[in-house]
Amino acid sequence: MNQDFSPDRAACGFARDIPLVLDAGEAAALRAGARVGISAAHESAHLHVAGAAPYVDDVPEAAGTLHAALAPSPVASGVLRSIDRAALLAMPGVVAVLTAADIPGANDCGPVIHDDPILADGTLRYRGQPVALIVATARDLARLAAARIGPCLDIEPATPVLTAREAYARGDALLPPASLIRESAPGALTAALAAAPHRLGGQFSLGGQEQFYLEGQIAYALPTENQGLRVLCSTQHPSEMQHLIAHALGWRSHQVLVECRRMGGGFGGKESQSGLFACCASIAAARLGRPVKLRLDRDDDFIMTGRRHPFEYDYDVAFDDDGRITGIEATLIANGGHSADLSGAVMTRALCHLDNAYYLPEVAINGFVARTNTQSNTAFRGFGGPQGALLIEIVMDRIARHLGRDPLAVRRANFYGVASRNVTPYRQTIEDNVVAALVDELVAQADYQGRVAAVAAFNRSNSVLKKGIALTPVKFGISFNVPHLNQAGALVHVYADGSVLVNHGGTEMGQGLNTKVAQVVADALGIGFAAVRCSATDTSKIANTSATAASTGADLNGMAARDAAMTIRNRLADFAAARHGGEAADVQFANDVVRVSGIALAFATLVRQAYEARVQLWSDGFYATPKVHWNPKGLHGRPFYYFAYGAAASEVIIDTLTGEVSLLRADILHDAGRSLNPAIDIGQIEGGFIQSMGWLTTEELVWHATDGRLLTHAPSTYKIPTANDCPAALHTRLFDNPNTEPTIHRSKAVGEPPMLLAFSVLLAIRDAIAATGGPGADPDLRAPATPEAVLDAIASLDAIRP
Amino acid sequence: MMQQPISFYFDNRIVRVADQPITATVLAWLRGAVRRTGTKEGCAEGDCGACTVIVAELADEAGDAGGIRAGNLVLRPINACIRFLPTLHGKALLTIEDLAGLTDRALHPVQQAMVDCHGSQCGFCTPGFVMSLFATYLRHQAAQTTPDRAAIAHDLAGNLCRCTGYRPILDAAARMFALPPATLDTAPIEAALRAVAAETGAGLSYAAAGQAGPGARFYAPREVDALAAWYAERPEATLLAGATDIGLWVNKRFRDVGDLLYLGDVAALRCIEREGDVLRIGAGATLEAAWAALIGLEPALGEMALRFAGPPVRHAGTMGGNVANGSPIGDAAPVLMAMDARLVLQHGAQSREVPLDAFYLDYMRNDLAKGEFLRAILVPLPDPDTRMRAYKISKRFDCDISALSCGLAVTLEGETISRVRLAFGGMAATVRRARHAEAALHEAVWGEAAVRAAMAALDEDFTPLSDLRASRGYRRLVARNLLWRFWLETRSAAPLPAASVRVRTFAMAGAV
Ligand SMILES: Cc1cc2nc3c(=O)[nH]c(=O)nc-3n(C[C@@H](O)[C@@H](O)[C@H](O)COP(=O)(O)OP(=O)(O)OC[C@H]3O[C@@H](n4cnc5c(N)ncnc54)[C@H](O)[C@@H]3O)c2cc1C
Ligand code: FES
Ligand code: FES
Repeated sequence: MNQDFSPDRAACGFARDIPLVLDAGEAAALRAGARVGISAAHESAHLHVAGAAPYVDDVPEAAGTLHAALAPSPVASGVLRSIDRAALLAMPGVVAVLTAADIPGANDCGPVIHDDPILADGTLRYRGQPVALIVATARDLARLAAARIGPCLDIEPATPVLTAREAYARGDALLPPASLIRESAPGALTAALAAAPHRLGGQFSLGGQEQFYLEGQIAYALPTENQGLRVLCSTQHPSEMQHLIAHALGWRSHQVLVECRRMGGGFGGKESQSGLFACCASIAAARLGRPVKLRLDRDDDFIMTGRRHPFEYDYDVAFDDDGRITGIEATLIANGGHSADLSGAVMTRALCHLDNAYYLPEVAINGFVARTNTQSNTAFRGFGGPQGALLIEIVMDRIARHLGRDPLAVRRANFYGVASRNVTPYRQTIEDNVVAALVDELVAQADYQGRVAAVAAFNRSNSVLKKGIALTPVKFGISFNVPHLNQAGALVHVYADGSVLVNHGGTEMGQGLNTKVAQVVADALGIGFAAVRCSATDTSKIANTSATAASTGADLNGMAARDAAMTIRNRLADFAAARHGGEAADVQFANDVVRVSGIALAFATLVRQAYEARVQLWSDGFYATPKVHWNPKGLHGRPFYYFAYGAAASEVIIDTLTGEVSLLRADILHDAGRSLNPAIDIGQIEGGFIQSMGWLTTEELVWHATDGRLLTHAPSTYKIPTANDCPAALHTRLFDNPNTEPTIHRSKAVGEPPMLLAFSVLLAIRDAIAATGGPGADPDLRAPATPEAVLDAIASLDAIRP
Repeated sequence: MMQQPISFYFDNRIVRVADQPITATVLAWLRGAVRRTGTKEGCAEGDCGACTVIVAELADEAGDAGGIRAGNLVLRPINACIRFLPTLHGKALLTIEDLAGLTDRALHPVQQAMVDCHGSQCGFCTPGFVMSLFATYLRHQAAQTTPDRAAIAHDLAGNLCRCTGYRPILDAAARMFALPPATLDTAPIEAALRAVAAETGAGLSYAAAGQAGPGARFYAPREVDALAAWYAERPEATLLAGATDIGLWVNKRFRDVGDLLYLGDVAALRCIEREGDVLRIGAGATLEAAWAALIGLEPALGEMALRFAGPPVRHAGTMGGNVANGSPIGDAAPVLMAMDARLVLQHGAQSREVPLDAFYLDYMRNDLAKGEFLRAILVPLPDPDTRMRAYKISKRFDCDISALSCGLAVTLEGETISRVRLAFGGMAATVRRARHAEAALHEAVWGEAAVRAAMAALDEDFTPLSDLRASRGYRRLVARNLLWRFWLETRSAAPLPAASVRVRTFAMAGAV
């Protein structure tokens, strides 16, 4: 009695009439019933390509909707004495001009430390800081009034502090300085530095990075009954938005519902920093009793929100004749901007990733989060991890050039061991190290040695253009450094017709989280993708969620959704065995068919029978990551459940006359565990690689040196990579490596680790620059390696100029 | 002239709009007035491509150069965010929502290929990419060709994606040609556009209902004389071409542009033709068409053309607008100056010619009188003894604003330089020639010694500024080095091919 089952249906993705394009192996696995390990298209792909996937601004506006804009501070530092609202209120369409005094609850949207005013409270902290919230009948009118704020402000300007080095010199920190120290005995680091056969010291400078999510920040607040609000917000953290809004209004959390179906990109920029906009839209909506939308213009998004922290480094490293590090001391100075935001956790992650894949016997790393009069820096994919790990790769390269050895040989000499040399500076023992095997495989795949020789040959016969090549490894810790955040909930509904709706606490920002979670549910229930639908993240469905961040989205929410789905499956199995005979444990679910004691019936049929027999067909699910613990004072413990690994080899060419750079080829091998969806994982890897390459090459942030204006405030002046920057020779493969921990189907998180892969591009540029000098040439190259930075680095070698 | 509503083909019919202000953008109208929200706003300044749509017009008139031909239509991808709605009058607007209707399948091949290749992640950039790829699809469908990877990447240079890293989108662009084809039936669009053209007469005169006073009128004549007369009478009006500058003034600086006089519907201004030993580029010719014509004269300009903005801006903006706007970092002027271009300026019925190198008076000031406009750019055909290159330096290869750019030309008699033009942008308050460096080369032998002398002389020519794009020191050093590169590429003995001195040329020439 096979019913309703079409094998072709199983070949379709989440769009029921669009067959999946799969390689032969995955196609066979799909037909055999697999739902994970399949390169299903993104659950919204067919909507994306048709312009039919709604983002917040696409939702039809309720009648009477007002539009808000934020008026920016014209100075980077000073005292705001008063605001004369009369002139603004007289402008066409303006309904209200709200200031700090109009906020009924707390004037604060700081996620951790409460030092982040929603609207300026008297002290002006950066140029662009919102001083007033203008509400008007149309967005253009609100923006126009906001742009005219200048003459309405009575300000006493002060001299801003604009660079991290300057704040560091003054000792002006946003948070207490942190130190991660691990020595074999007290004083061992000093001794190692003093006794070393070789020693290098220096400074390094690394720029920040704008998230440049294609969809800018937006929040749309709609009043609901009995002092309530429903807020549509492009955010990675609906629960945090809920809390911040309630806090600002002096309400309780249950008065606020926050919803997010999808974001047009987040990258960390919508983790805490969507809070300002969610709060402003909500304050205006609550006060005026009308729906209020706040959608930022791109320029305002640049000048009001923070981004990846720029870092400055001082370091001192000791090593032996093989280039093996015997001791290292480093100070990391992050530019935190005007408020703490997430900078504390970002710095912790930076400190915990300075080791990257290398064992550091004696080590002291100091972190300083500088307070400056600039936008407050925040989460960005990698969350400090890349800023920590890049330093050690620069150090490896310098050691190799100092010793005249192949940089890869120096890296290998320093790799973490498997049974020994396997404890991190924060005292976590690494139990899943595969870096050496992974790098070996990539060296072969990329013909690294052959190409090193070819690059040298090219450089001998070319004077204007020079090539460089580099191979760098990745080790990245997975879990929130704050243990209690490592939890998630999900809700799975099986409707009586056999269709399934999934809800979980994670948010979809393009990373394919909903796709993976739906795959996990389809797998648990043995049904086709088209039978599963994901719904918007909604604080009224799952409470107290964590941010979708730290790459943990699929790990946490996938597990929670599987928990929920398995509960339902077990109920169905019990029911099937009771109704049709046999043991519940023997009931099989696959390809929309349930097999029980020799008969096969459609999943939908069984569901209908179970419904009529009054079986509960929906369930919640919950997951908390085991094993993690952390001592935030001493900076030790097991912050990470496991590590993800990878490596990349990049070859570049530079123009010694202009400093222009082009990436010629990149080979990537990356560990996504046993991938839930290889296509999505490769998308994350390549997308992260190119994004990170942008950070390290063309994406330069420039502030005016004295007035603190962000000069690169739009895509006209801030340049992220384009299609032409993606090399034709981009070879990406997954490293087959089931997680040693029982994560969801033994997969690994893949969002952030690939940011480290593009270090190979920067190091290859360094290699090419070194080729303009003599033996042992060790260029002083800052990041981003813009054409000007490249020429400066060439000049640092005193190379022969035409 | 009679007031008319803005009439254009949209959603399979002629729509008439009478209530929008003259500077309403196509994007605002789509997303706001008709709630067609598939087209996205990522920047509102022409830089991200999320708002890419296709504008089609009848090919009858001179304006098809540079566009994509389908039936009797010419189609162009443009940025809806900086295009004013009244300029659509008499044209057709195709958006992402129209694509599925061109096929009897669930998705158009462009869309299907994007799904198959995992070309979307967050999906916000995707409609714009699909529309740019749709333009590529139509162009190659008409020509029965398939583009290579480099050509596709150039077609996508005006679209930013922050998620994918582009590889899957480039793959999709190759795959779309392998799927069952879909064709655009142009007949109903043509018929509708002819009907609108017939009722339009001498041109559109539009003001939003109830706002017909001065400062809010839009006028789009079809004849040069009408344009000239109208402008001479109302010199305070803003002359509007592709709006790739003006659109930003409105969106970002809230500038009140007053009455708009649109020159984009004057067919005679869009002509590009040879007249004797001169190439005449009508001021209204698109950047795409104008660059193609210049490359026809001097193939070495190919890279400069590709790097001038991205396709949607090049399909909308004009070279005349670029020259008239006169930004010190405009990229057309150095090239045209090196080619000894002259400008035809017209005021009412009067016209005059000025050499381009005498046109710029000071920062953003030029020689145009009130009510006078640029009618055409005259480019002498290069003589065979001239060696020319144009270089642009910016942080990013594609669609970036120049830190500096230059057009460099030497004409040789034997080995002696008989004529030299070295024009630089980004080095001073206006684009201008480097007279000292030119003097160092004039009548000299085209050899290393003269080049080094000219490089040194550049310091006397320019005292550039430091800004967010580059420091003074960098600009100085690279200006010299570009002269050196020019010599390496054009010296008589063992000239270096472009792939030996330019990283992108090298990268595109051969995969590793
Ligand atoms: C994303 C983007 C990228 C860009 N990249 C580049 C680049 O790489 N290099 C570069 O040089 N520029 C670049 N630009 C600017 C360039 O597109 C414009 O300068 C363009 O050429 C102006 O032409 P338009 O037809 O759009 O002029 P409009 O914006 O319509 O007008 C510009 C000005 O010129 C005047 N004008 C126009 N036509 C005439 C005429 N016939 N007579 C007298 N005055 C006239 C107008 O009144 C106005 O003052 C870019 C712009 C954008 C949005
Ligand atoms: S919205 Fe970015 S180009 Fe139009
Ligand atoms: S898919 Fe997110 S920007 Fe392209």
